[in-house]
Amino acid sequence: MTDWERASAARVIPPARPRKLAKVPFVELADGRMQGVVSSGSDIGRVYVSSVAAGSYAFACSTNNNRPCGGARGSFCNHINALISEAVLQYGAERVARYLRVEAADEEPSAHSITVGMSAARPLQGETTAAASVFSRFLRHLAYLELAPSTEPLPEMQWFPPTRAVA
Amino acid sequence: MVPANPGGGLMRADPLTEPVEGLDEALAAVDAFDEVLVVGLLRPRPSQAAGLTRLADAVAGTPLAARAGEAAEKAAAGSAGEEHLVALAAARAALLGSVHDALRARVQEATGRSLAEETFPQRSGQQGANLLAAARTWLSDLARCGWQGIDHEVVSSAAQVVSAMLPDPALRRLAMLLDGFSAELAASCPGASLERVPVRRWADLWSRAMLLTVPGAIEAPSAGTVDGRLLPLGVDVQEHATAVQAQVHAVLEPGDGAPPRLVRAAVSAPKPDTVVGAGLWQLLRPHMALLTALGEGRAMQLTDMPVTAEGDLLWSDEHAGVGDAADAFATARVVLPTAVDAASAPLDRHPTGIAVPVFLEGYAVEKDGEGLTFGVAGHVLAVDTDRVPAAGPLTPEAVAASSACIGLLRWDAGAFTLQPLAVEKTVRKKAVALHAGGWAGGTTDKAGVKAEKAATAAVAVLRERAGRLLRK
Ligand SMILES: [Zn+2]
Repeated sequence: MTDWERASAARVIPPARPRKLAKVPFVELADGRMQGVVSSGSDIGRVYVSSVAAGSYAFACSTNNNRPCGGARGSFCNHINALISEAVLQYGAERVARYLRVEAADEEPSAHSITVGMSAARPLQGETTAAASVFSRFLRHLAYLELAPSTEPLPEMQWFPPTRAVA
Repeated sequence: MVPANPGGGLMRADPLTEPVEGLDEALAAVDAFDEVLVVGLLRPRPSQAAGLTRLADAVAGTPLAARAGEAAEKAAAGSAGEEHLVALAAARAALLGSVHDALRARVQEATGRSLAEETFPQRSGQQGANLLAAARTWLSDLARCGWQGIDHEVVSSAAQVVSAMLPDPALRRLAMLLDGFSAELAASCPGASLERVPVRRWADLWSRAMLLTVPGAIEAPSAGTVDGRLLPLGVDVQEHATAVQAQVHAVLEPGDGAPPRLVRAAVSAPKPDTVVGAGLWQLLRPHMALLTALGEGRAMQLTDMPVTAEGDLLWSDEHAGVGDAADAFATARVVLPTAVDAASAPLDRHPTGIAVPVFLEGYAVEKDGEGLTFGVAGHVLAVDTDRVPAAGPLTPEAVAASSACIGLLRWDAGAFTLQPLAVEKTVRKKAVALHAGGWAGGTTDKAGVKAEKAATAAVAVLRERAGRLLRK
């Protein structure tokens, strides 16, 4: 076994990089999709739930009240473009490209190359059926802020050291 | 060079580098079992049966022998029930417990300090049995799939259990473990296409979680209270995507004149994954005045502060008052060598639990590829600068230029390492101290102020979104 394989404190996922959250409060690489929530520019009570599937790049965008996004017809809307940019800021372009299975031509992946690479494949508009689950994952994520800190020791956190390595 | 047996905090280095008898054999049995979990227990192969037998044989002379033997047999036949998986996790933990004890003895030899003798209180086992059972079912499913067999479906079913457990203070400890573990598994799906598997780590996390599902295992009951002057040495930060813990290591000078003892004080919180860096201090700071005292270089005066048998203060600000100025390096040089180390709770006897404060000076810094080592009395000790949190004034460069260091001795992947908590370096003939937790209480440092502002803005956005969307 390599040292990494026999290390109890092996680093498996790099930590998220700090980014501004106003436009895209939530983005994740989960359930085989890049998915997240984009704040509406005009209505503070409305958010868009957007996603792109890994591999097929099938995309979907609708409001949290399940109204389809007018921009996501035939090609990526601005919400999805914003989601890609913020995912790249949070996770690094390489991890996003690998997760979505976007082949970079012969350049370092970037938000631009990922967007162009997926659009060139003429992806289909997918079902918005995942929207409810993405939105509930977002609410679950927000609920973490409501949980009170504690001063009971957590010995298992010894397995989770910080790392200075960036995503 | 440090003298062989100095009066200062550290230390002999030879006990840390010489082979430990029996260690390789114990770890080989652990590895044999861990390989079984890579493939999973759904349809065990002969090689897996051998791995299971190896684990059971390794605990043959212990009270676990009968249960581990039966569990290995059932698992090898593909018919292990949850109680058998718990028994296998216990056997693995017992082996690592013996490794811990041997390594810990080496640490005490190196520091010349003594270890407290404690009796650990009986646990009552009151917490939510249903949720513990649900967690155990999920962990059992994982063991059947194996790391190479995991997919989104099996991994994501942890989310419900975690969400239900997090608000319950009695279950928080297991919830935060499952949350961090399942996030790693989710990021690694599907297991079939994994290029490499963190074999020891995931087996560790799996077996610890399994043991914590046994009713009563989670509690860390108070074993009394302490009074006296608390002198902070430094702070260790631990984090995964949705949790953070800051653990202050300190020396307590008891008010009753008893010898000084090493203690810890922790504060932790669940967090959204986008709260990082300086934002972690902002989450934790309001709940433990000790973080501010540490940042300001002050001692604290404790009155009736609850403490566990393993030396963990169950911190509450009402039992702590701000004390006078206390320089961590003076504490490390003068008080630390006379302090008594805290013992480990039975369940926490694992090499990863070793995090022992030490003080070094007069070492020879060497660059070793990407890493850094300290030459101590002719022996080489690797320095783990990756554990130094980015949101603080201490940097790998400062460690490389240092002349004295307060750190934590740790052990992983077969070797001891030193995690720096603070260093002294000489700037214009004066010693300047830099602390990993230098920003814990806030900062006026330019980069620090910028990071704090960004973190405040991020949390403000999330709180605004939560206020608007969460209770609709
Ligand atoms: Zn849209």
